[in-house]
Amino acid sequence: MSIKFKKRVNEFPTPYTVSNAVKKGGLLTKLSMLIMGAGNIAHKQIIKGLIFLLMEVAFVYFMITTGAHCLAMLPSLGDRAQEEVWNEAKGIYEYVAGDNSLLILLYGVVTIFVIIWFIFMWRAAVKSAYKTECLAKEGKHINSIKDDIKDMFHMNLHKTLLTLPLAGILAFNILPLAFMICMAFTNYSKQGDHLMLFDWVGLDNFAKVLSFSDSIGQTFWPVLGWTLVWAVFATGLNYIFGMILAILINRNGTRFKSFWRFCFILSIAVPQFVSLLIMRTMLQPSGAVNVLLQNLGLIDSPLPFWTNATWARVTVIIINLWVGIPYTMMQVTGILQNIPAELYEAAKVDGANAVVTFFKITLPYMLFVTMPYLITTFTGNVNNFNVIYLLSGGDPTPVGSTAGKTDLLVTWLYKLTIDQQYYNIGAVIGIFTFVVLAIVSLITYRNTGSYKNEEGFQ
Amino acid sequence: MGKKEVTSSMKARKFAANTAVHVILAVMAVIWIFPIFWVILTSFRAEKGSYVSSFFPKGYTVGNYVKLFTDTTILNFPKMFMNTLVIAIITCVVSTFFVLSVAYVMSRLRFKMRKPYLNIAMILGLFPAFMSMVAVYYILKSLGLSEGAMIRVALVLVYSGGAGLGFTIAKGFFDTIPKALDEAAYIDGCTRFQVFYKITIPLSKPIIVYTVLTSFMGPWVDFIFAKVICRANADYYTVAIGLWRMLEKEYIDNWYTCFAAGAVVVSIPIAILFIFMQRYYTEGLSGAVKG
Repeated sequence: MSIKFKKRVNEFPTPYTVSNAVKKGGLLTKLSMLIMGAGNIAHKQIIKGLIFLLMEVAFVYFMITTGAHCLAMLPSLGDRAQEEVWNEAKGIYEYVAGDNSLLILLYGVVTIFVIIWFIFMWRAAVKSAYKTECLAKEGKHINSIKDDIKDMFHMNLHKTLLTLPLAGILAFNILPLAFMICMAFTNYSKQGDHLMLFDWVGLDNFAKVLSFSDSIGQTFWPVLGWTLVWAVFATGLNYIFGMILAILINRNGTRFKSFWRFCFILSIAVPQFVSLLIMRTMLQPSGAVNVLLQNLGLIDSPLPFWTNATWARVTVIIINLWVGIPYTMMQVTGILQNIPAELYEAAKVDGANAVVTFFKITLPYMLFVTMPYLITTFTGNVNNFNVIYLLSGGDPTPVGSTAGKTDLLVTWLYKLTIDQQYYNIGAVIGIFTFVVLAIVSLITYRNTGSYKNEEGFQ
Repeated sequence: MGKKEVTSSMKARKFAANTAVHVILAVMAVIWIFPIFWVILTSFRAEKGSYVSSFFPKGYTVGNYVKLFTDTTILNFPKMFMNTLVIAIITCVVSTFFVLSVAYVMSRLRFKMRKPYLNIAMILGLFPAFMSMVAVYYILKSLGLSEGAMIRVALVLVYSGGAGLGFTIAKGFFDTIPKALDEAAYIDGCTRFQVFYKITIPLSKPIIVYTVLTSFMGPWVDFIFAKVICRANADYYTVAIGLWRMLEKEYIDNWYTCFAAGAVVVSIPIAILFIFMQRYYTEGLSGAVKG
């Protein structure tokens, strides 16, 4: 298994780079490095220059008023605890608010993001100043603000369209993620009462999770194992049975095709949390399934769907089949019909039966075409919070353990952070989930045709 | 003579195979429909509580639906319904815009940050979404969005904020629209933006419908983020949290049949939307311009 790294080729060469600006830039460009936008203003791009200048002023103002303080607090994460202070005048004890490490960390991370944003802006300002200088020297046309606005909808359309979505992703995906990753290196946890004030502890939490002697570590390895077993079964069985169902419905002899399809699609049309909650109540010891089976005299005592570890594990996998098979059926139907009919005819001539045809022709073809889809499903199953949380809630849980027998890494993470308030351990689990997924996806994804030639079929 | 025998035995075998397939399909269809059928039955059941002694209810009533919409003292379902509807509509508009813009840019425009963006989007997709949930909550709190009516704004932001990462299917669709169309338009003097809304968008009805419907359905079916962000503010609950609460220990005895009624009420519009969308879903996956 080797991953080749191609040498990066710059597909978008431009002479207006920061390093060129430093080496060859004139006085105005150099001035723009200090006062952003100076070069633009000098070359009559007044509004553009003013925008750059305004950004610089805003950044400096932010850094002086709050940013510098936030950064300075980041290494210590605050150390003043909340205190009771005797107030002589009023004759009572008063609470003096201490530092809140969480907010210090959050503001620190935000400040770092602002600084990174500013560096990008600074580079843009320098490049822009250098470009106007070069154009002016060569006597070429310099864009007016009108031209710039026009460009926003043509050559720079990607910037216009991406700004808002990117802002959303930064604020609600990347920033929280960076914040949580930082948490993995602190002792922010109910353990040892570090909910208000906490400190950096380096890799301690990682060691705790990976060790076999710690109670967290003893829980981690079985949960990881079950997560992988679950993901493989949930993905593989859904895929194969979904495909078989699609083949059964689409084969020539089957009648009422759209009726059958409708029956299965109806079950996905019902919101997932509704159907899962229904399943959970149906399979309770006094739920519909047990009562019916008992009334029919098939069993004496209720079946232990959620109380026996093995039963619970098999049950969640089977219910996940109920959830997943129609999805797979819907998604593969179109692709199945694209398999060249000659292949099947050739197999028929050679006397292959349905089973052989499936394993020798359908499956290899489908695996080839739907590899990216399979990886996404695998990722989705490793992170399949809903099915586990709504069905078994991770139960049965051994006494004194933080994770139940059906808990996946994600549901365990949820329990650790929301119920137990072990935020640091939760963050470490999240990082490990990512590592597992990254390894699996990287190995498979890099080798699929659809990644290698993305524009192959255009 | 011999030939006739062969065909009749083949016919018999074919008939047997067909029967077997239909029986299998029928059994499977029953298994798949059973829970849905059961919840509809439960929603009309007259006896209260989650314990059942027989498959068919002993008495039928529409009281569960009436209670669901009129008994607003403990669990205010009509309000939850309106909350969810408002949040879903706004989320739908914002995320559709995000998804379509990003998908178009990634599919059609070539620029320096494109590959890095695609890679980052893939990497972000590998982190469990719940990992950052706590952090998202604190970010919303420090923005002052975690109390009162601002919770609705917070939920919209959470549901649509990351929409720019879910562009894969739409991008795949745009990829199949021939580039020759764009080039012809450029020659005629169109700007890229004009190509986007005058050529690409009109050709992409299936994927637009798909995007609109999936983002509309998001707030109806999510309950984890909603639970963490609303906490105890029952005034801003969405239907998903409401239904989930009905099954909690203190409510289940009185509200179990109402839960079933609520599940039916929520499922009907979503099921209709989904069955309607399904056609576009398949079309969206298989590409825009045929032939």
